[in-house]
Formats: sequence, structure tokens, C-alpha cells
Amino acid sequence: MSLTLEQVRRVAHLARIEISEVEADSTLGHLNEIFALIETMQAVDTSGVEPMAHAQDVAQRLRADRVTESDEVAQRTAFQAIAPETEAGLYLVPKVIE
Amino acid sequence: MIERSLADLARALATKEISSVELTRLYLDRISRHNPQLNAFITVDPAISLAQARAADERLARGEGGPLTGIPLAHKDIFCAQGWLTTCGSRMLSNFVSPYDAAVIARFKAAGAVLLGKTNMDEFAMGSSNETSFYGPVRNPWELNCVPGGSSGGSAAAVAARLAPAATGTDTGGSIRQPAALCNLTGMKPTYGVVSRYGMIAFASSLDQAGPLARSAADCAVLLNAMAGFDERDSTSLERPTEDYGRDINTATADKPLAGLRIGLPAEFFGDGGSPEVMQLVDAAIADYRRLGAETVAVSLPSMSLSVAAYYVIAPAEASSNLARFDGVRYGHRAPQYRDLDDMYSKSRAQGFGAEVKRRLLIGTYVLSHGYYDAYYLQAQRIRRLIASDFAAAFRQCDVIIGPTSPSTAFRLGEKAADPVQMYLSDIYTIAVNLAGLPGISIPCGFAGGLPVGLQLIGNYFDEARLLGTAHRYQQATTWHLQHPDQFDD
Repeated sequence: MSLTLEQVRRVAHLARIEISEVEADSTLGHLNEIFALIETMQAVDTSGVEPMAHAQDVAQRLRADRVTESDEVAQRTAFQAIAPETEAGLYLVPKVIE
Repeated sequence: MIERSLADLARALATKEISSVELTRLYLDRISRHNPQLNAFITVDPAISLAQARAADERLARGEGGPLTGIPLAHKDIFCAQGWLTTCGSRMLSNFVSPYDAAVIARFKAAGAVLLGKTNMDEFAMGSSNETSFYGPVRNPWELNCVPGGSSGGSAAAVAARLAPAATGTDTGGSIRQPAALCNLTGMKPTYGVVSRYGMIAFASSLDQAGPLARSAADCAVLLNAMAGFDERDSTSLERPTEDYGRDINTATADKPLAGLRIGLPAEFFGDGGSPEVMQLVDAAIADYRRLGAETVAVSLPSMSLSVAAYYVIAPAEASSNLARFDGVRYGHRAPQYRDLDDMYSKSRAQGFGAEVKRRLLIGTYVLSHGYYDAYYLQAQRIRRLIASDFAAAFRQCDVIIGPTSPSTAFRLGEKAADPVQMYLSDIYTIAVNLAGLPGISIPCGFAGGLPVGLQLIGNYFDEARLLGTAHRYQQATTWHLQHPDQFDD
């Protein structure tokens, strides 16, 4: 199979990565070479093989649903000090709802 | 001083032959003189390092020092360190001063080690040559026109040029072992789940694992002892009894120290993939192992040839999910101009990520998108199972698997940068180990054309101590790991 320019633009939109026409062109070439490598996998009959998501067969640990952070104001201040834009302890983004 | 083992450095610190401040200054001075050529470090902060060294000296004076107290270590810039710029080699995080410590950083801090600096790396650990870093390529200390390997190339170059006694790296598809091979170092990827990934910036979460890059297996054991351990903040961290990873190193030597060890030689590692110079040295190392008493058995990993294909579905898929967090809202790069929220995301990410990261995010988004999931992601996970089963079968016949780490010696800067597939195939011998979640180590086994060659040893789950012991016996019998590039001697 081979990807189309339209698919590259669509995937770039899904990934929220702005892509210029020139970039889309060169990306298309590289992606098709990579997918040619990936396609070698398709020739293998894997019916009946259990998919392996993870290297260890361990169950997710559970924990009590309670607040464990202490000094949350200091924590929030430290984490928001590196944010692009904050106000009154909130992260600011462009207006979403008119 | 710069050729001493970590154990010898600890002794020198304990006996006051040298202080941690003096040792730290010695390395900071070497970094200031030699790093401009190598570009191994992204951030060095002498004031913080020396303050940590002074604290270590006080601790040593109280007689409370451990094996790493006062020893300066370099850390890959993928580990969050409080108060340190933590970039992951990306423009996206070029303004990110971490508000907290990764588990690995915290453990070294608790051990009294000094943070000497943050090392350069391929952007978000995606690369095999260190050429994808926003901070520019790292150069190989053995040949400045060659790559050091990647993605932990800065850590490898720093230790190889003796700009740090030892360093940390992370390995998702070979990113510790391949640079170790290309820079004449010993580098280990532990079993998945042994070292906490908390605060280690995620690339492909089912594969990522941190480990040591050092000058010997003995030094790697010292580092791994400090790094490993259960951490409830990482849901994949394994609850296991504490162990001494150096226990097979610190035993008495014998005439045939490896008698009884069965070394598996997979046919797939000895086909036409590796260059003849590399394979010749690997064969010679296997002969050395036989002289040390080990026996060799033929094994097979029939699905290994599919590992690169499966990896380039699984790793990008997980990366596309993990890297969705970089949106210009809470930290990291935000585009200076945008129309609306969606445009802010798209522009911030377009500006913040480099070409290779974008490629992988697009691959990952595509293989996870509606209608393609079964054909790619699920198929890759089934191949992953086949690869893990191959290893399980092989380990019924042998204790340790041996082969090359990388098919070639260090390649030239720019040689593969324009050809992603060629670059991906340079990890052909390392990727399967990550897919299975097994421990692996690369050790120096000779030189071809003046460039180092690495031997890869793969162990069964949780067999780190045996791997380190097996590597150590070889290093007791050979001197390859002691060789270092002479242009940084002054």
C-alpha cells in the first residue's frame, strides 16, 4: 500500500501538527518507505497468537482514591511558574466557547 | 584519577585522597575544555554541582558515605531534575526547568552522587545517531566525523572522553547498548520494570527502560544497585526483593570462571546482516568465552527479522499517545501567534518538534486511526508475542545469548540522516530485546578501522547479575574496555 498526500494531511491534522505543502510532500516519501518496511510484517500468519501489550504479566496496582499531595498551593505555584500563561491559579488558553 | 573505577573513586573519597569538590572540579574543567568539540552536554551548572559536592564531602566526613557518595555522574536529559533545564533534546522543552526529580535522579541524590550535567540526546530519544537533537549532533570521541550512536549519545560520548566517570541512559530500541558499542563502553538495559520510569520523559512506555553507561561491568553494577527498586509512582515498576547486581562480580576468580555457562548463539545474529569486521571480532570474543570455560549452543530466533517492522508500529503508536501532552498549555513551547486553541496546538507542536519526531507521531497516529488498528497495531503486538516466545524457547537451551550489538562500527555524521529506514535498520540486533522486555548489555570486544565494536549479551528476565558477571569475566581476561581515545588526555 501507499499513502496519499491527502492521508498525510489528515493524519497531521489528527496529530495536531501543522504541516506545509512542501513538508507534506517530503513526509509522504519518507512515510511510504517506512511503511514498506512495516508491511513485511503483514506476510506473517499470526492467527491464534495472543497480542502482547506489555513485557510483564502484571495486574495494575490499585490505590485508595484520596488526595495525597501536601502543600498543594506551593506545588501549584511551582508547576505554574513554568506555564506559558496563567491567572489566579488557572492555565489560560484562547477562548473556546463564544 | 579519570581512569579509576567507581569502586576506586569511592575508596579515594573515603580515605580523603581526593574530595568530592576536587573531583567534581576536575570533571567540570574537562567538560569546559573538551565539550565544545563533542557537544555531549546540553546543560552544565557548576554552582549546583559544587554545592552537591560540598554536601557529599560533609557526609563523607561524618563517615556516612556509600558507594556513590561524592561521585559526579552525568544524566541523559530525559530525566527530570528539579531546578535543571530538562529538554529531552527538543525545542519543545527548551524552556522547561523541571519542578521535580525523576525517581532515578532522586535515588542518585539520596546516594550522595553529584549531578555533573545533563547530556545531549536524540530528540525525545527518537534516533540512533544523536543527529535529531535540537541542540545539534554529538560527535564520537573516537572519530569526530562519526556519530556516537543514539539516542543516549551524549552520555556515551561524555563517558568515552572521560568527561564523566559514568552516566545514565535510556533504552527503548537499543539507545543504551548501541551508543555503548559505538563508543567502547559497557551499557546495560535492565529487565523492563526494574528501574522506575517516574520522571523519565516517556517515549514508548511498554519499551522504555533506564540503565547505566559506564567503563566496565563492575561500574554498571554499582550504578544499577542505586537505580533499581520498586516505585509505586510507576505502574510498571515491579515489586521484587532488593538484590546486589554485583554479586557475580565480587566472587573469587577461578581458572575456568565460566565453566557450566551455556552461551546461546542465534543463527539470526550470524547471517549476512553484520559487517565482516564486526562479525570477526564477535567470533573472536566467543572463542575467548570458550577459553573461560563457557560452552556454546546453537539456538534460533526465527521471528527476530520482524522486530524492526513491529517496533516501528508499536513505538510510534505509544509515542503519539505520550507526546499528545505537549500542547503549549501547561509547560514547554507555545507558538507566539495563533488564531484559536486548535491553531495554538498545531503551531506549537509544528514548531516544537523536529522532523524525525513528527514522522513518528504521524506513523503512530496513522496506525492507531480508525480502520487501521487491527492491521498494524494488533499485528505488531502478535509479532511481539512471537519474538518473546522465540527468546523463551532459546533460554530453555542456554543461559546467556551472545551476538553483535550493532551491524557496523560508528557511521559518519550525515551518512544516514536523510534515510530513516537505513537508520532504523542499524538497531536490528537490539530492538527484539526491548520487545521481549529482557535485559541486555553491550561490552567492548575490539576495534575495526580504529573504531570500537560491541558484543551484546542478552539474559533471561531478571538475570542482570549473571549478565554483569559474564561481562566482568570477559573484562578480567581482556583489555578492550580499558582503551580510550587519547586526544582528550590533557
